[in-house]
Amino acid sequence: MIAAIASGKGGTGKTTVSASLASVWTQALGRPVLAVDLDVEEPNLHLFLHPVIARNTVASLEIPVVDATVCTRCGACRTLCQFGAITILGDAPVVFAEMCHGCGGCLAVCPVGAITPGARELGCIEEGAAGSIGFLSGRLRVGEAMSPPLIRAVTRRMEELLAGPAATALPDVLLDAPPGVSCPAAAAVAKADCIVLVAEPTPFGVNDFILAVTAFAPLGKPMGVVVNRAGAGNDELYDFCRQAKLPILAEIPNDRRIAETYARGGLLAEVNEDCRRLCHTLAQAVDRLAREARHA
Amino acid sequence: MPEIVVISGKGGAGKTSLTAAFTALAPKKILCDLDVDAPDLHILLDPHNTVRNDFVSGHLAHIEPDLCSGCGQCRDWCRFEAISPHANGGWHIDERRCEGCKTCVVLCPQQAIAFSPRTCGYSAVSDTRFGRLVHAQLDPGAENSGRLVSLLKKKARELAKKDGLDLILCDGAPGIACPVISSLSGATLAVLVTEPTPSGIHDLTRVAGLCDHFRLPTAVIINKADLNAEAAARIKTFCTDGGHTLVGSLPYHPDVTLAMVQKLTLPEYGGPLAASVASLWDAITTLAGQAPRPL
Repeated sequence: MIAAIASGKGGTGKTTVSASLASVWTQALGRPVLAVDLDVEEPNLHLFLHPVIARNTVASLEIPVVDATVCTRCGACRTLCQFGAITILGDAPVVFAEMCHGCGGCLAVCPVGAITPGARELGCIEEGAAGSIGFLSGRLRVGEAMSPPLIRAVTRRMEELLAGPAATALPDVLLDAPPGVSCPAAAAVAKADCIVLVAEPTPFGVNDFILAVTAFAPLGKPMGVVVNRAGAGNDELYDFCRQAKLPILAEIPNDRRIAETYARGGLLAEVNEDCRRLCHTLAQAVDRLAREARHA
Repeated sequence: MPEIVVISGKGGAGKTSLTAAFTALAPKKILCDLDVDAPDLHILLDPHNTVRNDFVSGHLAHIEPDLCSGCGQCRDWCRFEAISPHANGGWHIDERRCEGCKTCVVLCPQQAIAFSPRTCGYSAVSDTRFGRLVHAQLDPGAENSGRLVSLLKKKARELAKKDGLDLILCDGAPGIACPVISSLSGATLAVLVTEPTPSGIHDLTRVAGLCDHFRLPTAVIINKADLNAEAAARIKTFCTDGGHTLVGSLPYHPDVTLAMVQKLTLPEYGGPLAASVASLWDAITTLAGQAPRPL
């Protein structure tokens, strides 16, 4: 089963919830777990799980390389490219690598085969383990504008890992998704069985939460809500959840001790006995939510 | 003209609450919310007299079922995993994944794929009690946030010029990719809001690296500074070593949320944080007036 932990607004506790769920998952449910950080612009999950990284690979996007001695300057590639990434300047074919989305269209339409695949580095994919917790993460190169291709590359690697030898028990997957509701977030939750939305009961929190629900509802995946900093704001979030029939899976109280533990890099489950129990209950609720999807 | 962009890398660090506080303090400016994916500034500024325009950007491919022969070449070409089998035996393009590259449109042997302009959200100009606000909303799951950010900045510059204003104050986008890069383009100062947590420090180093990449001067604010004094000290060292100006800090304080619930900016709400944000704003305007960062 794959559960995505997402949020409309950043800083609502998405990574806190992902790391805490991963830390108690096997104890609570008796199954192995793989924690995947798809927040590739600002990956933070490793800061709380402290994995040992065993494999680090560079992820690239295929971009065109033009052989000017073969190119006839016909302009077919320029006409096709919707991103202004390939053109003819003066008498020379020019590729603007940073603008390229890697669609491969120019390679396909070039009538003389003057274009071959090259690569632009998107970032890296890190793999390892934190004790018994499997770990996989993407990290976007600073200066790189496009995160969705890296998110797709990490997702493909996740699927390879899950297609491994059937003899070993397949892990459950917890995906830490990027915040927001635009293309990176949509790319991240695509393969999940269920979506856990982390939200704050504040005016900003509710506004962004409603955007996230609007963005993810058409995917038809079961959704549940974790209210973080419960008691900090007002009742709008609860009213909306009631009307939209979204179950509240857990409430993390608005408590300075929790913020301080987080600031030290500690896990929610480590704050006190109440928090430990909350994490266990949440793990079971997420598991039930994902099963709802498979029975649907 | 000074163009100040407030960013944070990490969400929830207090970027929008601080931007809103500065809007209450800055005279003669145009306001701009560049967080087009999940904008929040309007919640505190209560925009009215809003004039909206559709944001049409890029295209969307669509398979005409009657013309599709079911050959599946489009699926093989699509690098965005946007094409999947349709119930009718042909193929279907997922709007949320299509990046509008046109490759399938051109290569389809039946010419069965239409290619139409795509409405991705809207841009707007509104009045607020602190001046005019240029803002937007990207449709959920839509593309082209970077282009929308560029459009808003262009609009803000036009209005500033027309109205004789001398400052553009922007709430930036989160993260470090496409919309943030567009947010920083043409800016004169980036205000980086961080917090003394492992994520806060980690994300600060990445957004600061992005500002270095664009040789953009920076002003750093540590929010919730008293949550972890040791981590706050590390941020201070990071700023000194990296040539980033630490303009001040704010404590972890319930007033930020209490003001938000009342839909007020911190200077309007009053209390101990009002004086703190005023001195932060003084330090920022001093920096913004200085010469650009040397190459």
